[in-house]
Amino acid sequence: MRSLRGSRGSIGAHTFLVAASVAMAGPFVWELLTSFKTLTEATRVPPTWLPPHWHGAGYSSVFDTVPFGGMLVNSIINTLARTAAQLLFCSMAAYAFARLRFPGRSLLFGLFLSILLVPSQLLIIPQYQIIQSLHLLNTRTALFLPGMFSAFGTFLLRQFFLAMPAELEEAARLDGAGPLRVYWSVMLPLARPGLIALGILTMIWSWNDLLWPLVVNTDPHKMPLSAGLASLQGQFMTNYPVLMAGALMATVPVIVVFVILQRRVIEGIALTGTKG
Amino acid sequence: MTVAGATARPVAPAASTPAAPRDRGARRRRRRQRGKEAAWAAFFLAPTALGLGVFYLWPVLQTFYYSFTTWGPFGGHTFSGLANYRALAHDPDLRSAFVNTLWYCLLGLAGIPVALVLAAVLARPGRRGVGVYRALLFLPVVTMPVAVAIVWRWLYAGDYGLINTLLAKVGIHGPYWISDQSTALIAVALVGLWSSVGYTMVILMAGLESIPRQYYEAAQIDGAGPVRQFFALTLPLLSPSLFFVTVLSVIGTLQTFDLVYVLIGQTNPALPQTRSVVYLFYQDAFVNNNRGYAAAIAFVLLLVTVALTGFQFRLQKRWVHYA
Repeated sequence: MRSLRGSRGSIGAHTFLVAASVAMAGPFVWELLTSFKTLTEATRVPPTWLPPHWHGAGYSSVFDTVPFGGMLVNSIINTLARTAAQLLFCSMAAYAFARLRFPGRSLLFGLFLSILLVPSQLLIIPQYQIIQSLHLLNTRTALFLPGMFSAFGTFLLRQFFLAMPAELEEAARLDGAGPLRVYWSVMLPLARPGLIALGILTMIWSWNDLLWPLVVNTDPHKMPLSAGLASLQGQFMTNYPVLMAGALMATVPVIVVFVILQRRVIEGIALTGTKG
Repeated sequence: MTVAGATARPVAPAASTPAAPRDRGARRRRRRQRGKEAAWAAFFLAPTALGLGVFYLWPVLQTFYYSFTTWGPFGGHTFSGLANYRALAHDPDLRSAFVNTLWYCLLGLAGIPVALVLAAVLARPGRRGVGVYRALLFLPVVTMPVAVAIVWRWLYAGDYGLINTLLAKVGIHGPYWISDQSTALIAVALVGLWSSVGYTMVILMAGLESIPRQYYEAAQIDGAGPVRQFFALTLPLLSPSLFFVTVLSVIGTLQTFDLVYVLIGQTNPALPQTRSVVYLFYQDAFVNNNRGYAAAIAFVLLLVTVALTGFQFRLQKRWVHYA
């Protein structure tokens, strides 16, 4: 009796989970199928599920309309530059806040924390002007320059450094290692989970960011994929096969990375929830 | 935990010698040590302090100043006192943008119970296929919002959209979701919910998994049923995680931009019913070149964000239990 109830409950749970998974993954399947249809096939009533013939025309239209390859390169450079810079700079600052004593430490940390409260989207007018005065509008540098620094990353990694046992560090110091050596060869390896979590979050945010690139880079050749897709939609308002092909190609790199690093991504996200 | 024990130990050899008045050498050495440490701190902090100062702290002050200025067509600006704020108070567009944004905020919070149910079902010990379900449910989180919005525009399409096709099968004639003024806001909010529920779920799952199983065994022995266990054990022990996702959800939904920008677009008749504050800010700052006014909008939204977050932190004393 008991096991019967248990298995029935489990069937109910799996039905629920499958339904939820279909709701979450279904749109991606529909996106994929539509991208291989022609416009007439896509707008047929009632719709056909599978494309009658698999057309690649949507994909070639994307390449004909926007400099997709260049945008992909811009997105990759933007993402790598922001992520590498944040991992280095935030961990350096976090180490100083967690382990070094210096005058004005709590004041400076308070200032950093106050930035955490300010949504960065609201600061784009002065940020735009700085980029403009540096003559960096419509350059790849403009895409990643402000995003190289992060109060959130500094705060997150500081929490990691604070929670680390001081013994290892002391042992290294007694062996004559200076702060640079301690930071690089003792602290950073120990903070690996935190660095991975910050790296993953920064990668996702940088790849997906829209408002900032939209504002600083109006030249299609200097846009990342997010802004490029938005302009693609401006040109193909209702040509859904082309739009689906573009949207799919812009997300596939992230999905591939996610599938490969799935465990680490999810652990990293969960970690920010418990540490932050 | 380990930190407290560790800091009690002498840190540097110089600090362990008591400061005797005659021992000037030791004191000087210690001062030099301190100075050295401060110099190292300056080195480690320099990039981030400089970057955050230039690109974040200074812009806050600059935006505040701009909110008191009026901009000419060629980029020059003059001080105009409270004129922008006075105009804001009577701007129907701003009022509706705030109402819309608060709706996004509220509807976004509705995703938390959904995520909680999913997390609870998934986190049950012995559940099979957790990894696969979790990955599928998390997929929308890593997907670019622009791409998400493009796909949902297609799903929502009035005549050929998949949603209306499926509704027609059960005899419902679906509306033109994103151009109908009565459904557009909910349609946008639903997509936001769809793309964030996986994130909330993962954080809540981590919270659930950190609750010791013995608590439930003890509750069972005391005769507490599943409902009682949920309200007396799970909810209080999960409250820090719930608080965290609530704060993040509110801050995130107050920033709604991408979805409205792509899903709705400039010419949609339902734009006034869906336009968010950040969208209005973007239009004024970079389409209409009305930057002083835009700065005032930004500052008001900033104050609302800080106020709502502060309010939640005050409220947390009432319902969040830290173990």
